[in-house]
Amino acid sequence: MSAGLGGAGDIIGILAATIFVAAMLIWVERRMLAIWQDRLGPNRVGPLGLLQVMADMIKMFFKEDWIPPFADKLVFVLAPTIVFITMLTGFAVIPFAPGVGIIDFNFGLLYFLALSSLAVYSIVLAGYASNNKYSLLGALRAAAQTVSYEVFMGLSIMGVVMLAGTFNLREIVEAQRDGWFIVPQFAGFIIFLIAVIAESRRAPLDLPEAEQELVAGFHTEYSGMKFGMFFVGEYLAIILSSAMIVTLFFGGWLGPWLPPLLWFCLKTTVGILLFILLRGALPRPRYDQLMSFGWKVMLPVALLNLLVTGAVVLSLAG
Amino acid sequence: MATSAELIEIPSGTPQIVRDLAEQKGIRDFTIQPTCDGITTIWVSRQDLRTVLNYLKREAASPYTLLFDLAAIDERQRIHRQGLPDSDFSVIYHLLSFERNEDIRIKVALSEASLSLPTICDIWPSANWYEREAWDMFGIVFEGHPHLRRILMPPTWQGHPLRKDHYARATEMEAFSLPDERQEIEQDALRFVPEDWGMRRHSEDTDFMFLNMGPNHPSVHGAFRIALQLDGEEIIDALPDIGYHHRGAEKMAERQSWHTYIPYTDRVDYLGGSLNNLPYVLAVERLAGIEVPDRAKVIRVMISEFYRLASHLLFYGTYAQDVGQMSPIFYMFIDREKVFDILESISGARMHSSYFRIGGVALDLPHGWDKRVREFVDYLPARLDQYDKMVMNNGILKRRTQGVGSYTTAEAIEWSATGPNLRATGLAWDYRKARPYSGYEDFEFEIPTATHGDCYDRCLVRVEEMRQSVRIIRQCLDNMPEGPFKAYHPLTTPPPKARTLHDIETLIQHFLNVSWGPVIPPGEACITVEATKGLNGYYLTSDGGTLSYRTRIRTPSFPHLQMIPLMSRGMMVADMIAILASIDFVMADVDR
Repeated sequence: MSAGLGGAGDIIGILAATIFVAAMLIWVERRMLAIWQDRLGPNRVGPLGLLQVMADMIKMFFKEDWIPPFADKLVFVLAPTIVFITMLTGFAVIPFAPGVGIIDFNFGLLYFLALSSLAVYSIVLAGYASNNKYSLLGALRAAAQTVSYEVFMGLSIMGVVMLAGTFNLREIVEAQRDGWFIVPQFAGFIIFLIAVIAESRRAPLDLPEAEQELVAGFHTEYSGMKFGMFFVGEYLAIILSSAMIVTLFFGGWLGPWLPPLLWFCLKTTVGILLFILLRGALPRPRYDQLMSFGWKVMLPVALLNLLVTGAVVLSLAG
Repeated sequence: MATSAELIEIPSGTPQIVRDLAEQKGIRDFTIQPTCDGITTIWVSRQDLRTVLNYLKREAASPYTLLFDLAAIDERQRIHRQGLPDSDFSVIYHLLSFERNEDIRIKVALSEASLSLPTICDIWPSANWYEREAWDMFGIVFEGHPHLRRILMPPTWQGHPLRKDHYARATEMEAFSLPDERQEIEQDALRFVPEDWGMRRHSEDTDFMFLNMGPNHPSVHGAFRIALQLDGEEIIDALPDIGYHHRGAEKMAERQSWHTYIPYTDRVDYLGGSLNNLPYVLAVERLAGIEVPDRAKVIRVMISEFYRLASHLLFYGTYAQDVGQMSPIFYMFIDREKVFDILESISGARMHSSYFRIGGVALDLPHGWDKRVREFVDYLPARLDQYDKMVMNNGILKRRTQGVGSYTTAEAIEWSATGPNLRATGLAWDYRKARPYSGYEDFEFEIPTATHGDCYDRCLVRVEEMRQSVRIIRQCLDNMPEGPFKAYHPLTTPPPKARTLHDIETLIQHFLNVSWGPVIPPGEACITVEATKGLNGYYLTSDGGTLSYRTRIRTPSFPHLQMIPLMSRGMMVADMIAILASIDFVMADVDR
């Protein structure tokens, strides 16, 4: 454990920062999409529309918090909190910079994988508790999609683990001093990217909510702050995912001239913008196509990547 | 057969197909009716109906394969029907032959005491909805129809709205109220019961899920409902339920003057704007015998093609969006906005310009119109090339739409599909080429086709059509004739003002046309055009008054929606969305 981690300042600071950034991302995404689509986006509330998030939050707080009479009430209320909490706790292991972070686990990577798979319970339970056919279809899609893509996500980063020889995220960053893992692990990066999009249910892999097909999928019946938690949970997932991509493949905080924390934030921002751009650019595959792509393409490539990496590591060591 | 031919006296000048019917089928009991549109129209008896239709579709040389329209008319108050068989209600079967490039109209007279006919659902599957409509609107029973129930009106409706004795205005009824009990009844009536439609709730190994899609769903493009029978995500069967957008456009036509009805036509296919005016004003002009000047013709063609572009651009964007691609629609809206800017500068309105008039167009082209149009035709093709890269060549989109919701040319014709949805199967048949109207024969353009008839091809055809539309607009731009934009004819409405101040007769005519509306001579005419979504026809019956006696609107979207079960069986829920997007319909065009 490195010194200075996990202090009250760190915890409060990181918690506040992630929630703030996640909320602001709502504005960022709407503005960026608008710019890419030759529109203006929200620009009326405050300078550049920056207070739009505040306006949205106020609106959400004052909305009637309606629980459908046909829903399973306890589960219905519980479901949105799960995604919110798992995503937030996921940030505990993120190595922001040397000396900045909440906890330094030796199994940090596994912790991230575990939490990101827990998040699917939120979706499945929400879909089940809503007692609505569209929600149910969304939940079924979410279950199948998340369970399959978890497999490739885990496999895709084992190459990184082999190269670094550790599950500790800080040591993985340190291991990239001589070169980012994106170069030797390019295939792993691509698979990981697709898998985290599928895991966080972002467009174009937003099949569980697929507006055009399932109205709003698993959160069709949600309104007010409960809907807000799903909403912010999705943005937390984006930040967490791009933070992980930066940590695993782009050398984390490493970089010349600028302070490490700034490097980390800059790289993460680029990652987040990539997520938004993908959403703006690509159509959505069909459910069965996504599944067969996963099992027929992603899995063999991930395994091959693992084999080759293993062989190279062994031969270099030998 | 010779004997039966001898028995009938076939007058000279009888169309060959009628002779064939008499000679080969021994049909004796028929009346030939002259009509303004020149379509062979024969009255046959109820007993002969199925024989005649069967012959025309299956046995005749160069058969009439497409059931273009099936409609009814309440003749009880009609005055001018000299020489026609006595009839309280008549049912009209309008058929089209691609090989002959000819239409035929079969009419059957019915008396109020026995309003029934044998169904022809087994001859043309597309007759199903048409017969339901005729029952709904007129109370005509089609014996043997599998599900003869209301289609446009609510299931609880009393009476048959297009009958002449059915009220047309709210002021003729009691004040409307919806107490809770009534609301319960109405809601219960809309509940989907699978057994009513012959669907099973279980098979040997699964319980089916019934998913109610619509009438309010993001992807049904309006108020439209489909009940899906699902096994997991696989569609076992689908049941489209229409009528939520029904406004009674045909009934309204009987209460509006010939002139004041024009704005209603804009709103039938509300994405097509003035392109919908065209078949209506052409039909009125045919009844009135108005010859439109060249400049008006070319202006009409240009405006029509602009509306085709506007409609196709919206189709293109929503098509991509329904497959989950978010951005293209915004780019296409920008282009569509440019189209509307031009239309606004010409006609003063954007989506529903009601720009065409009986005898011409409302206004002459404004000064400098050519500059804006030229800018646009130079601008759009490059944008269309970009969209090809963005949408049509996108691998995910191809996988989502190729091989999805496909049908063959034969199936398309069986189900009365027309327009791009028919051309996507490979049949190069475009009304503008086959039977040019409004001067289309003078324009050079191609008929885009595709081969597979799937969702992708339906889009592909429309994308190509946009390029052809640009080509036509460019020809309009380069060859716009000089001259009047309205015909000098007493029935042109409003009449050209210039002459009215010179003699009292034209002043009176002007006054009458503007106050009462023009009096159109009695007659019948059906004029069809290639509208944005397929063939759109107005079948007008005039009884020599200021109002239409009967206005039948044949819209392309109505039969297209009827094909949904055919296209979606065995597909996934997500495919249904792609299919709906690719049909290109608006509910106003279906329900009227």
